Amino acid sequence: MRNNIGTGRLQTEPALVRWFMIAVALVFVGLFLMLPLAAVFSQAFEKGVSVYLESITDADTLSSIKLTLIAAAIAVPLNLVFGVTAAWAIAKFTFPGKNLLITLVDLPFSVSPVISGLIYVLIFGLQGWLGPWLYAHDIEIIFAVPGIVLATIFVTFPFIARELIPLMEAQGKEEEEAALVLGASGLQTFFRVTLPNVKWGIIYGVILCNARAMGEFGAVSVVSGHIRGMTNTMPLHVEILYNEYNYAAAFAVASLLAFLALVTLAVKTIAEWNMQRQFKDN
Amino acid sequence: MKLHKLHKNVLPGFAPTIGFTIFYLSLIVLIPLSALVFRTSTLGWNEFIAIVTEPRVVASYRVTFGAAIVAASVNAIFGVLLAWVLVRYTFPGRKIVDALVDLPFALPTAVAGITLATIYSPSGWVGRYLEPLGIKAAFTPLGITLAMIFIGLPFVVRTVQPVMEDIEVELEEAAACLGATRFQTLSRVIFPALLPSILTGFALAFARGVGEYGSIIFIAGNMPMVSEITPLLIITKLEQFDYPGATAIALVMLLASFFMLLVINLLQKWSRRYAE
Repeated sequence: MRNNIGTGRLQTEPALVRWFMIAVALVFVGLFLMLPLAAVFSQAFEKGVSVYLESITDADTLSSIKLTLIAAAIAVPLNLVFGVTAAWAIAKFTFPGKNLLITLVDLPFSVSPVISGLIYVLIFGLQGWLGPWLYAHDIEIIFAVPGIVLATIFVTFPFIARELIPLMEAQGKEEEEAALVLGASGLQTFFRVTLPNVKWGIIYGVILCNARAMGEFGAVSVVSGHIRGMTNTMPLHVEILYNEYNYAAAFAVASLLAFLALVTLAVKTIAEWNMQRQFKDN
Repeated sequence: MKLHKLHKNVLPGFAPTIGFTIFYLSLIVLIPLSALVFRTSTLGWNEFIAIVTEPRVVASYRVTFGAAIVAASVNAIFGVLLAWVLVRYTFPGRKIVDALVDLPFALPTAVAGITLATIYSPSGWVGRYLEPLGIKAAFTPLGITLAMIFIGLPFVVRTVQPVMEDIEVELEEAAACLGATRFQTLSRVIFPALLPSILTGFALAFARGVGEYGSIIFIAGNMPMVSEITPLLIITKLEQFDYPGATAIALVMLLASFFMLLVINLLQKWSRRYAE
């Protein structure tokens, strides 16, 4: 009872319990998050810097980096346009079936990556719906770059939309209405009022979308055909090197992806701070 | 009401944006997913049942769903503890740990996969301490569970954390003033308020674990009947050009994830009602 009089004490646990819980949480984080992260870089440099540099400048590695960049450079802008368009329609208007539409936009997140690849094989593969026609016209989609791009678009589909919809909903429509009343055109209103307001939300969505686009493995693995130097993205190249027991090279390429993950986390954290600050200012 | 309606129509661009949204959604997501359903429907019912209840397939469900339940439970316990520590306590490095929680979202699954396989192999950083204890992690269902714990952790933390931040201190003060011990306050006031979000986090982590492929296959060992997950079995069938087999099993997985999506939506509705 004595503890309840006074202040701080009743809202928290005894110091001993507190430190114990912090210790358990930190050990868990250390074991499950920090250790793997440290292991990637340690393994990458285990055979020395020269082996590392050799591995990441190898011709097959470079072509896998190029393909990964191409896939992300197509998938991210497309999903950005979609995300902004969908957020405008869903957040600024009321219409029947809105909740269903939001669920459908989120759908690719709940589908196994393997299935995300499989569905495109079923449509464009040789035994698929359009397969024979594509074969007759000499168009390659599955086991080629277009399939990889399609699978990447699918798995990164919801990222930007699902970030922008709640943000635009929270900001309401008053500012846009004011702009329109003052004589701005629809596009002017969008570019001068809406876009600056959701700037950090877009950056947040784009960086996460990009991380997944460059890192996707399962879906891309199904449609790629694993042709070395041709249809291998960086994650697929990591798999091949690892399965060939070329661990140093596998971890060298993996370290590039891990570095991308760290940059992603940093940008994401900065975007979150800015969104919170912007939210407080309004 | 009339004014409100007029009010709404001021913003332009509904028709083109909703049109494009539905067009792009259909093209990228809905039509390809429906291909899976139609392809399976060309199989007869008996044939479909025969494929999806084959012993090797059933064993893969057991491994996948079993490991996912264990992993999601571990994440529910440690995820809540981690969220509590991050929200309520201060300690050096708290912000870094907070940012690091999202690592499994940002780290490509193949990178996580080869790293976990290396750490938990008998000569690895953790594996070498488990080996003398007779615990084999790599190439067993335990390894699958460990990989699922890694990828599922942020789901629990990020679902529970905002709810924890919103709990009003007044509630705890009221409970304490009414004579509750700290333990009673935690178990009768705070825990019930967190429960819907804990269950949502559990369901999200479970759903992710069930569908996961990249971070698991390297550590799993992939032995049929023992440590073969269902997504891998789909790929194996596909590589043998057994399209009916692959699609039938994929449809079962798809239905399972639709069911999980429904459960998660209901849980979120419940937690929103709790918040009001």
